[in-house]
Amino acid sequence: MRDMGNNTELVKRMRRKTLRGNLLNYVIVLGAYAILQTMVMTGNISSLLKGLLVPLCVYVIAALSLNLVVGISGELSLGHAGFMCVGAYSSAFFSNAVGTALPDILRFILAIFVGAAVAGLFGILIGIPVLRLKGDYLAIVTLAFGEIIKNLLNVLYAGIDSNGLHFSTKSAMDLGMEPTGRQIIKGALGISGTPKNSTFTVGIILILITLMVVQNLINSRAGRAIMSTRDNRIAAESIGIPVTKYKLLAFSISASLAGCAGVLYAHNLATLNTKKFDYNTSILILVFVVLGGIGNLTGSIIAAVILTALPEMLRFLNNYRMLIYAIVLIVIMLFNWAPAALDMRSRLRSRIFKNRGSGNGKEEEQNGNA
Amino acid sequence: MAMLEVNNLSISFGGLHAVDDFNLTIEKGELYGLIGPNGAGKTTVFNLLTGVYKPSEGIIRLDGVDITGKSTMDINKAGVARTFQNIRLFKDMPVLDNVKTGFHNHYKYSTLTGILRLPKYRRVENSIDERSMEILKVFELDSEADLLAGNLPYGKQRKLEIARALATEPKLLLLDEPAAGMNPNETAELMETIRFVRDRFDMTILLIEHDMKLVSGICEKLTVLNFGRMLSMGTTSDVLNDPAVIAAYLGE
Ligand SMILES: Nc1ncnc2c1ncn2[C@@H]1O[C@H](COP(=O)(O)OP(=O)(O)OP(=O)(O)O)[C@@H](O)[C@H]1O
Ligand SMILES: [Mg+2]
Repeated sequence: MRDMGNNTELVKRMRRKTLRGNLLNYVIVLGAYAILQTMVMTGNISSLLKGLLVPLCVYVIAALSLNLVVGISGELSLGHAGFMCVGAYSSAFFSNAVGTALPDILRFILAIFVGAAVAGLFGILIGIPVLRLKGDYLAIVTLAFGEIIKNLLNVLYAGIDSNGLHFSTKSAMDLGMEPTGRQIIKGALGISGTPKNSTFTVGIILILITLMVVQNLINSRAGRAIMSTRDNRIAAESIGIPVTKYKLLAFSISASLAGCAGVLYAHNLATLNTKKFDYNTSILILVFVVLGGIGNLTGSIIAAVILTALPEMLRFLNNYRMLIYAIVLIVIMLFNWAPAALDMRSRLRSRIFKNRGSGNGKEEEQNGNA
Repeated sequence: MAMLEVNNLSISFGGLHAVDDFNLTIEKGELYGLIGPNGAGKTTVFNLLTGVYKPSEGIIRLDGVDITGKSTMDINKAGVARTFQNIRLFKDMPVLDNVKTGFHNHYKYSTLTGILRLPKYRRVENSIDERSMEILKVFELDSEADLLAGNLPYGKQRKLEIARALATEPKLLLLDEPAAGMNPNETAELMETIRFVRDRFDMTILLIEHDMKLVSGICEKLTVLNFGRMLSMGTTSDVLNDPAVIAAYLGE
């Protein structure tokens, strides 16, 4: 038996390991920022890559947020594009409605809060009835939500005049606004003229905030409760964990982070419509999470970046583009999921860090068990 | 007042009376055994006591408080913790975190405190870590605190389940076949540990067990179930010498 001194030593070692894992993610993000930002400032960047910088941030945030649901709380969401859509529309509406009444920075910060809050609210509304059920109902309901919200927004008209806000689902005429009123949401045409406040720097800051929220949540009382409901719902109940509450917490935080991704997206485009927020995007984000390793945040970041940038960077290959893309998918999958690769990685890791190849369940060990 | 008082407890699945008119009284600090042949309804009694199933009839009182029909979570908060016949650990979490999760309702800080890492976070986490390591030490699992629970050998997984249950600071601990799958050495060690837990934590324990050596070694009283009905009850030696009990076991 070991004495208490060794015990505290062991706890400290676990904490250091977690801390190192968390810091690694911040370092990766900041390192990528330093390199890319230097390239931008010295003009050594193709316009193609430059145009990709904000979308990359959007998808990284979306993947991290979905990993909170899939990897940490063990539920399946097939409608995360829907939450991005809600965040995008609500924030773009807000920014257009406020216009120049507020300084740019303040308006954008508020827009981020609006997008996150509205998306989070939708998360709660969907989660309350669904998450109390045992089984994969969330996948079905979120799938439906993603499609319904898109179709609703496609027929939504909204504007603002001196009397306040006007909404209609029929036509612009139907809004009944004063001649001086401004129409903001124009049905299937979406929202145009949103201020282009999203920059690469803002995107990176939002990624860092997302990382902080998710990582600190995982390593807290609430995070343990969430993961316990993932690993064994019945056992979690038996030790007094309110299962539905913590599933709902994870889901609504995730929805609101996806909303942030939507805000970033909306403020990067001259015209916002619902086309991009379809089923395919929800699945694409899920692909990032699965390929990056379920529950593995570093993997989500890397997979989102590679799989977003690659198809664009490979355009010059024309017909071979999708072939290369498919090969990369397979290679990533092998690297992340094949037992031999897992083995090799944990050996490498233990050699580099000189600690045991086992421990904190966020890294490759979890992939092996998932 | 008895720690646990069960009156006329019944449940059926379809036409099967899995538990029928079951009565049980356990005094504070007792080590009580529930035995019976396979399929007798022992685990079902645990599921009724912990709210996994709602009884069709009967009353369950814990320390004088009626807990009949409450949710599993509320029953745990009221003071009942359990282990499972088929181990249910949080297997993708470290051993330490399995126990820490058990302290969920005893050491609290808000989700926001956790996300923002306010000073209270560190303070409370330190206490949880310390208490959890103390419990792990009782089960000699402290040196494996950083392993994933799913990677522990079978016998240690059983011990970890007891450790996790204890972290919820229960009044009554229910152990469903704690020695299943253990070798004689491990079983002997487990008996010591169970006795130690009872003395050290002043615990009341009800356990289901097939291992008669364990049962006769540590249980003070027994109740025997057969086909969902109570066959015999009393002090351990009386029950084990009861001809009806012997017949039921030989008749298997
Ligand atoms: N959820 C359920 N639905 C239907 N039948 C059930 C259910 N749970 C238990 N039973 C039945 O109730 C009876 C008692 O089962 P139980 O698991 O309580 O037995 P046990 O005494 O724990 O047996 P063992 O020693 O094998 O663990 C069995 O016939 C079982 O098939
Ligand atoms: Mg049983």
